Amino acid sequence: MSDKAIMTGKYFMNGDEACAEGAIAAGCRFFAGYPITPQSEIAERMSNRMPEVGGRFIQMEDELSSIAAVLGGSWGGARSMTATSGPGFSLMMENIGLGMMTETPCVIANIQRGSPSTGLPTAVGQGDMMQAKWGSHGDYGVIAYAPTSPQEMFDYTVKAFNKAEQYMMPVFVMADEKIGHMRERVEIDESKVEIYQRRKPEVGPDEFLPYEPDEDLVPRMASAGEGYRVHVTGLTHNQKGYPQLDVETQQEKVGRLVDKVEKNKDDIVEIEEIGVEDAEVLIVSYGMAFRTAMGAYKRARERGKKVGIIRLVTVWPFPEERIRELSQRVKGIVVPEINLGQLVNEVERASQGKAEVELVPHPGGGLHQPDQILDSLEDLL
Amino acid sequence: MTTELKKKKESTGPELTAASHPATKYLREERLPHIWCSGCGLGSAVTSLTNAYDELEIPIDDIGVVSGIGCAGRAAGYFETDSYHTTHGRAIPFATGLKLANPEMSVTVFSGDGDLFAIGGNHFIHAARRNLDMTVICVNNYNFGMTGGQFGPTTPQGATATTAPYGNYENPFNLPELAASAGAIYVARWTSVHARRIEAAMEDALAKEGFSFVEILSPCPTGYGRRNDLGEGLDELKSYQERAKIKHGSDPGKAEIKRDPESEIIVGKFVDKERPTFCEVADSYLD
Repeated sequence: MSDKAIMTGKYFMNGDEACAEGAIAAGCRFFAGYPITPQSEIAERMSNRMPEVGGRFIQMEDELSSIAAVLGGSWGGARSMTATSGPGFSLMMENIGLGMMTETPCVIANIQRGSPSTGLPTAVGQGDMMQAKWGSHGDYGVIAYAPTSPQEMFDYTVKAFNKAEQYMMPVFVMADEKIGHMRERVEIDESKVEIYQRRKPEVGPDEFLPYEPDEDLVPRMASAGEGYRVHVTGLTHNQKGYPQLDVETQQEKVGRLVDKVEKNKDDIVEIEEIGVEDAEVLIVSYGMAFRTAMGAYKRARERGKKVGIIRLVTVWPFPEERIRELSQRVKGIVVPEINLGQLVNEVERASQGKAEVELVPHPGGGLHQPDQILDSLEDLL
Repeated sequence: MTTELKKKKESTGPELTAASHPATKYLREERLPHIWCSGCGLGSAVTSLTNAYDELEIPIDDIGVVSGIGCAGRAAGYFETDSYHTTHGRAIPFATGLKLANPEMSVTVFSGDGDLFAIGGNHFIHAARRNLDMTVICVNNYNFGMTGGQFGPTTPQGATATTAPYGNYENPFNLPELAASAGAIYVARWTSVHARRIEAAMEDALAKEGFSFVEILSPCPTGYGRRNDLGEGLDELKSYQERAKIKHGSDPGKAEIKRDPESEIIVGKFVDKERPTFCEVADSYLD
């Protein structure tokens, strides 16, 4: 295809392919995955492109091993990634926890489909949004992007890698079948791709503590073969990385896993606000549902209705403060999601009863009609 | 110290201290003593591996030790190398990523029978099939020791375990046969009583390019032995000494282990062959 890692140019590309190109542009050189619809084009593209850019592709025996290999690849020193869909995402949960606990940078793209179980393998869904937040056992902070176009699949996969490196953790790209399979113009421009360089140890092996955090609560990483002889364990561990199974260490470690995301929210959270200034009713949406919501927004504005949109670019961490603030002055918030009510609960929680919150559900397998969203908006106006 | 005693001590050579022990440079001294029970074979298996590294002069910074979960899973934590204590069953896929991302590393997976062959069995056969360049060491104690002595995929039929109070009614895996048929290029089995043989087998396995497998049959007086009238750890070692028959190159299909304490246990080197590794084959298609 190209021996260039960043294929500067303009392309007609689907979202899955753009995700793969974004990963490669961000420096991904190890991909391990297992075939599943509708992410297969990511793996296929990676199998083609990894050898071209000096990386390694492996098709593993399942998703459990795919994510385990990605964690190993990351400790081996490569920017690493896997891609999957709902059933595979479920299988990855245990090792996502290992990645969080061991603070292993990597990216997991979930091209969601109708769920639960095998559900609707070839059709859109947004049913894994809470799983991305709470799927593995225990407490940890989460960063998840929800792209809304092939271009954003490229842009936000780059960003996901950067945030994974910056905060030393697995980061999710929570797309869906529609975004994955939609074909649109994608512009790749090497001069616009920014890469966050991994923080390496600043002291020698004798002094280095692999889990001693910097001021922003993020530790530094020594990869395999660099002479630091680091011990990495999923057991609760001290700053040296050694198991220490007591309440104090648990508090320090797990507290920091949550805090390194929570206390850096200003840097991480991204939302897009459209027509919010004079809005009396808001739409809060993300991913593919946002594109339908935009249709409803335009129609509402054409009819002179004061409607605004908050689009969650990062779904996690949730922009609680901004939603709370806006809840004080709007009559209501409409939340269209391609599930039967997930992020709507977060919106409701954030609004603290100040604004009426209405879900516009969709079970998956298709998209809302803009009029469904419009009806809800008019109910609240 | 009396002059007589002093003389005796001098005559036996220099005093062996932690600092002078050949294994020390491979171990995280501050983490010792280890957690394993008296009579367990894990400690000696670790020593054999450090000796093998030493003998082959593999630079310590090039060694990666990966373990899963369980008693043997704790081994990685004692190696002063890059060491990874991963999730239950996933040591091999983690090691796969480590090796593929960093081919300069010499990657050893050190884990137990439950971890590698119950929850992780699928990964074992696929890694062997791919001929990934790594060495897998399985310390087989016939049960899930860490969780209190439940039966596992290698528990001999009829043996008693905490979840097999009437006797294990499942058929166990014969690990050399499984490894050989899945495609491992080196397969050996020894028992904890064969310290030097284990070390030599580990050296062979580490030196091979491809997927090599060493099974070590260990005593487990706490979890397995006492429920099966095998006595103390030392008694189990004695029993291994009596039961083990060295038969290099024998059919791994005939190496099953029976519960009968009089029955023969075939040990030795079953497979030693060459086959291109995963990376060699993958790269050969790129030209």
